[in-house]
Amino acid sequence: MKKLTIVGLFALLSTGAMSQGNNGTITGNMESIFQYLNEDSVINANQPPEKGLLNSYINVFYTNGKFKAGIRMESYLPRIQGYPNRFSGTGLGMRYVGYENDFIDVTIGSFYEQFGSGLIFRAFEDRNLGYDTFLDGARVILRPRDGVKIKGVYGLMRFSFQDGQIVHAPAIVRGFDGEVNLNRAIPALKDKKLKVTLGGSFVSKFQEDDREDLVLPENVGSYSGRAKFRYKGFTLDGEYAIKEQDPSVDNEFNYNYGHAALFNAGYTRKGLGISVSAKSVDNMSYRSDRNAQLQDALINFLPPMNKIHTYNLVASLYPYATQPVGEMAFQGEILYTIPRGSKLGGKYGTTVNLNYSTAYGPNRNAVTQDMIDSNRVFYETGLFDMDDSLYWQDINVQISRKFNKKLKMKFSYFNIMLNNDVAKVAENAKGVLSTNIGVIEAGYKINRKHSLRAELQALFIADNKDGEINDQGNWVTAVLEYNVSPNWFFSVMDQYNYGNPVESRQVHYIYASAGYIYGATRITAGYGRQRAGLFCVGGVCRFVPASNGLTLSITHSF
Amino acid sequence: MKKLALLLIGFTFTLAAVAQEEGNPDDGKKVASLQLEDMEGNVVNTADLGFEGPVIISFWATWCSPCKRELNTIHEEYIDWQEETGVNLVAVSVDNEQTRGRVPVYVNGVGWDYLVLMDPNGDFKRAMGVNNVPHTFLLDKNGNVVYSHNNYASGDEEELYEHLLELTEGEKE
Repeated sequence: MKKLTIVGLFALLSTGAMSQGNNGTITGNMESIFQYLNEDSVINANQPPEKGLLNSYINVFYTNGKFKAGIRMESYLPRIQGYPNRFSGTGLGMRYVGYENDFIDVTIGSFYEQFGSGLIFRAFEDRNLGYDTFLDGARVILRPRDGVKIKGVYGLMRFSFQDGQIVHAPAIVRGFDGEVNLNRAIPALKDKKLKVTLGGSFVSKFQEDDREDLVLPENVGSYSGRAKFRYKGFTLDGEYAIKEQDPSVDNEFNYNYGHAALFNAGYTRKGLGISVSAKSVDNMSYRSDRNAQLQDALINFLPPMNKIHTYNLVASLYPYATQPVGEMAFQGEILYTIPRGSKLGGKYGTTVNLNYSTAYGPNRNAVTQDMIDSNRVFYETGLFDMDDSLYWQDINVQISRKFNKKLKMKFSYFNIMLNNDVAKVAENAKGVLSTNIGVIEAGYKINRKHSLRAELQALFIADNKDGEINDQGNWVTAVLEYNVSPNWFFSVMDQYNYGNPVESRQVHYIYASAGYIYGATRITAGYGRQRAGLFCVGGVCRFVPASNGLTLSITHSF
Repeated sequence: MKKLALLLIGFTFTLAAVAQEEGNPDDGKKVASLQLEDMEGNVVNTADLGFEGPVIISFWATWCSPCKRELNTIHEEYIDWQEETGVNLVAVSVDNEQTRGRVPVYVNGVGWDYLVLMDPNGDFKRAMGVNNVPHTFLLDKNGNVVYSHNNYASGDEEELYEHLLELTEGEKE
């Protein structure tokens, strides 16, 4: 079977190339990361028996007129630290062949896709984190007329990559999605100031009943509807999704229905942007394996409702991961540029950014014992029915200003509260972790080619209920970066845990790196000690162990 | 199975080599053709942006500080660049659903005049072979990539501008 697939691919590629009478275009990219790790007893970092670790992949995409094909080779010899532990070997990690014209777009093989905001379906990748949930199967996208798009997907999800082979999650996933942009689809509405887009999706998964004590639904459906409105500078959009009974390890095999709702409203004009959003989620982890946990085999994407921070102490110590089992979350943001030339704005203008986000647990009303015993419905809840248990709160403000041709500065303050009993990030801490963080960043342009950038960060954590130092205490971080445009950078970062209650743990985490950039090629080397913790990129998080050693990486795009 | 896979890869690379020898100038890469939405929800084909002169495509995200530094720096010079070279800049946001709502807030809040496209599931990013943001491409008027750079440090915008001048002067001759 596999052989046939490959022969098919090969034949298609050849005919594709020949029939079009030209050679088409090849694009792609590659990355190779090598680690050599040392033993470090201070931070409990272990040296793997192989000492050296290597991750590599290369994507090759081929398009020729309406024909397209692509492959990715992957290699883990063995996987680098922090990558999911089920990646090994070298082999073909992704492959597809497709055809696309203005009316139809067909892909057979591996494909990535998202319906609406992803509340019931999102197949995506994040190679930095080792995430890859493409579907292997078939996808068809139809555009029957301007403003109308219909998608259908059918396939098995990639779960892991073992001994150089793709391993799929057990449940087959099927779905379709339709979207209409009314202003484009209906000529009479073309020039109306109110712009409206409507959409709806249905997704279903099938997994065999593997329990003898329960009658599990083998087909589990979910459906959603969405709408987007725009009037001049105002926008309003929302999506509401329902999931049918989906007993799983996540929800302790309850037979409740799940829901997810997402609303955004905004107003923008030049120099000012305002947005508010709200999210309600209960029992909405939707996986292509009912026994999977953590970030594994997720069919849907429940976006966390908080700003992604980039400063080291803010991003990596106490980050928040969204709770798929249930949370109600809210966010508000304002960005305003004080005009240039004004008294407050200065010569170049000053940008002020205010952001607030919070998340609470859902309110779960008790049901009769009979409901629990005979129906396994454990509780009742509704849209935005929340209790008073705080999961997360983040208040932050940033002010950026350019002082003159050479100097730019940014001042930031963050007040963050994280409920470590619910969204666990610290191994030994209890209750709500409350921190204040201040950051000063400065960029200085020495001359056309040479520039410096520095960050000074300080984190202060509030004592716990018993008046003791919470978790690892206070931290400071300093970063210094020296750039030679366009080819070189050198940087040093020191994270110092000076407030750790254990004296032997009041250590410096020093990490130095340098890089050479030549166009689309980047070669970097880093050496030093890195902290254990939650590592978040692009809205998803995973734990990485502490490490001490050398990391070399090469990326290239072609 | 393995042999066939190797054969396929060999074949692909041969094609790549051929395409690069006989195909387009420089690194032979053309802008990929995909349908993305702008911030207003209008559908835009990435290979048919409707601009006449050269185009800069810059991949960025609201959580990427070097990306914002790059685009803010170019923003200060953008009017001059446009007058001198007729260039248009397309800022492709790879923000996913978590931070997608912050894109118009940021773009309008700081007052960029770029065409901003949304790539929430990374389809265009993948098609252009982008590993990390920021990644900036300079395209000639026919959509051929003539220069690209995967980084931003202060001063890189002047390097980009020089390539842009070279391109427009080359086209005049």
